[in-house]
Amino acid sequence: MRERLVLIGNGMAGMRTVEELLKLDAERYQITVFGAEPHPNYNRMMLSPVLAGDKTVDDIVLNSRQWYSDNGVELHTGDPVVSIDRVGRKVVTAEGRSVAYDRLLVATGSTPLIIPVPGADKPGVLGFRDVADVATMLAASREHRNAVVIGGGLLGLEAANGLLRNGMQVTVVHLLDVLMERQLDKPAAAFLKASLEEKGLRFLMEARTAEILGDERVTGVRFADGMVVDADLVVMAVGIRPNVELARQAGVHCNRGIVVDDTMQTFDPRIYAVGECVEHRSTCYGLVAPLFDQAKVCANHLARMGISRYEGSVTSTKLKVTGVDLFSAGEFNGAEGDETLVLQDPAQGIYKKLVIRDDRVKGAVLYGDTMDGSWYFQLMREGTDISAFRGSILFGQHDLGDAGHGDARVLALPDSAEVCGCNGVCKGEIVDAIVKKGLFTLEDVRAHTKASSSCGSCTGLVEALLANTVGEGYAETPSKKPVCSCTDHSHDEVIRTIREQQLKDMPALRAFLSWRTPDGCAVCRPALNYYLLAAWPGEYQDDAQSRFINERAHGNIQKDGTYSVVPRLFGGLVTPSELRAIADVAEKFEVPEVKITGGQRIDLFGIKKEDLPPMWADLNAAGMVSGHAYGKALRTCKTCVGSDWCRFGTQDSTGLGVKLEQLTWGSWMPHKFKMAVSGCPRNCAEATIKDFGVVCVDSGYELHVGGNGGIKVRVTDLLCKVETEAQVLEYCAAFIQLYREEAHYLERTAPWVERVGLNHVKQRILDDPQGRQALYQRFKYSQQFSQSDPWKARADGAEAREYAPLRIA
Amino acid sequence: MTQWTRIATLDDIPRLGARVVRADTMDIALFRTSSDQVFALRDQCPHKGGPLSQGIVHGGTVTCPLHNWKIDLASGEAQGPDEGCAHSFPVKVEKGVVYLAYSVKEEAA
Repeated sequence: MRERLVLIGNGMAGMRTVEELLKLDAERYQITVFGAEPHPNYNRMMLSPVLAGDKTVDDIVLNSRQWYSDNGVELHTGDPVVSIDRVGRKVVTAEGRSVAYDRLLVATGSTPLIIPVPGADKPGVLGFRDVADVATMLAASREHRNAVVIGGGLLGLEAANGLLRNGMQVTVVHLLDVLMERQLDKPAAAFLKASLEEKGLRFLMEARTAEILGDERVTGVRFADGMVVDADLVVMAVGIRPNVELARQAGVHCNRGIVVDDTMQTFDPRIYAVGECVEHRSTCYGLVAPLFDQAKVCANHLARMGISRYEGSVTSTKLKVTGVDLFSAGEFNGAEGDETLVLQDPAQGIYKKLVIRDDRVKGAVLYGDTMDGSWYFQLMREGTDISAFRGSILFGQHDLGDAGHGDARVLALPDSAEVCGCNGVCKGEIVDAIVKKGLFTLEDVRAHTKASSSCGSCTGLVEALLANTVGEGYAETPSKKPVCSCTDHSHDEVIRTIREQQLKDMPALRAFLSWRTPDGCAVCRPALNYYLLAAWPGEYQDDAQSRFINERAHGNIQKDGTYSVVPRLFGGLVTPSELRAIADVAEKFEVPEVKITGGQRIDLFGIKKEDLPPMWADLNAAGMVSGHAYGKALRTCKTCVGSDWCRFGTQDSTGLGVKLEQLTWGSWMPHKFKMAVSGCPRNCAEATIKDFGVVCVDSGYELHVGGNGGIKVRVTDLLCKVETEAQVLEYCAAFIQLYREEAHYLERTAPWVERVGLNHVKQRILDDPQGRQALYQRFKYSQQFSQSDPWKARADGAEAREYAPLRIA
Repeated sequence: MTQWTRIATLDDIPRLGARVVRADTMDIALFRTSSDQVFALRDQCPHKGGPLSQGIVHGGTVTCPLHNWKIDLASGEAQGPDEGCAHSFPVKVEKGVVYLAYSVKEEAA
């Protein structure tokens, strides 16, 4: 028999937990849900847009009744649970239902605080919490004129804006002299106040409410200084109180909220709690993003997987008031000794402030231009060293040249603008899917729209759309991004686990990390295969079936299913006999097209798969090996002619290019890796847009790293200058090895260098000569196992069945 | 009536991999899952005709190598937001030998 799980509270946190649980284990529990409200689960964050008339209640439903029945979840709405019997392990509802449980999940949420002043119980005085409150406010706005909102925080201002939009005269009353003091500093709050006043809101600052006036219904509010304001409607938005009564009556330990540990378990091991009703490490959360983190952890433990912990959340806030752009995160006021970067443009209504400590972003307040909010938030959560771009950080990610990842300008685009160029998905479709299908994560958007599911270069754009569309509910911008939907573990965690646990094959790795799928998927398998290969050279048995076809077949698949063949020409040098052999091969196998590549190689197109091994045999016979033009590997080293011929050349760039390529060919990388050597600063080999580029000068060699052409051009950073060719080779190998060991799979050097910071690379390569030597030695060791030509092996008969079709007799 | 044609031994197909069967007028992809189930689909993705036999096999699914459509091995149906279907052929494994139900009529379909 299945275990019984009862959920008290049909809100976002509880239902998110149920959804996560169903993803992990749909069979374990028979689930019953009780909700006090008469509605199915809806997106509470979106009540403000409903009040403002931007959305309807139907628009914000997350799980329809159909969803509950499709997933075998029993739902009772409008019937609140009135008691928990922990000894008998059952709950009893207002209508007298009694349901037994094996596990109980409490997600009772919170209630708006009502200030205990005389008259606070009069009709027309309410909080702003649920659909019923919105309905009351909308009804009042049709019959009455004056509204007072008590509380100038996030919720109060959203309520005030909504009532204003419905034609009411609204006065916002705030106890302090700073609006939204939990999210804003003084200058930003002043900007906000001015902008809201322009919209028509009135403010009474530093005003203490003394009494609600009226007989049958509220007629006004009197303040401590004696002033009276007319009011037909009073909305109290001064804070929330976790709903703990039910738990407390049942003897479950509560402080302000229901006390839970890092697994979301209460003091009764059968009872878990999530959402606004809980208190975790002495903190109660009132925003939605932490609830989602909690839901994930709680589901993991309910599914008896027992591997994840909730360690608290860093939160960010966006105000959902049309025409007001405001973002806040972290310690925006700063502590003593913190540095503050400020950009202020009163004429444009723009204010940006970042709090910096130890070269890391600790907090942010943005007003007027919030496009980079999610970027700053990410920098903050990931603890990125910002010293390399500190000078321009206030101008935004756009100003940085961000290697194609993340461009918040997407918000300014029209709906018809194509966001995902690979799959032809427009901005409007993405926003539509996010809103209509209630999507919260990047993974959801990929599954529903295909956007960002191919080359991934639009991932930043899609994340920006998500963050902007769902506001603070955006569950990702996570402190860690999972490798794929098979796991919650990040790339860094996988890399670390492989080394720490000495895991040397993929099934063991997946089992250790509790992968959700037995085989993994097309995203994680190549990544894990690479990480194992990089960690255990010579030991790990490469898994061909976890390689993308290009690397399995050692050719580049083309749109018609044929392959292309690119022989390696070290440094771009080629002999007449090699050219003759290439020409012979092209004629013998009737190659439809021969082309010179951007990396100074020759590409033979349209090769049938079964022709690959015999063709490689011919190329091998002429002394040529695989050019790895198909792999996440060392591709080419492009060179100019250098001092042998060129009248400007300062060094033998061609010879150095050959040596670099001889040192590094055959190595597998997180992504493709391109090099170039230019013989003088004229830089004809375009070395400053390569992963590793050398620019020769009279006195030595400049080493440049982290550049690429590609989706978004990024110019290299100068790593250092060295004096000898031997140094160039050593530094190059050390840089490659650092990249091989630390970068995420499918992360090129450009985004990797931006992520870890050039300083980190400099520390490891320049400041630590022993460490550099060790990296160099590890690279050379791993090269022992990778510098055998895969073409020759296959021309000699290896992996024959990969290339031979079966025939029907 | 189903006509079974002997195609290969189970060992001829790599686990979590595929082989191409060259029939008269089309290619058929034979897939083998981690649990040694074998499936046969027309070797043509319903999206842009990509050779499914060259994709990565995981669970009961193959990911097309051209644009990452995920195709269900049993039904040939595209998954997720994509729509389309690759023709599937009956296949059986007996004593380590793989048989395919393939006829000229089906080929025309």
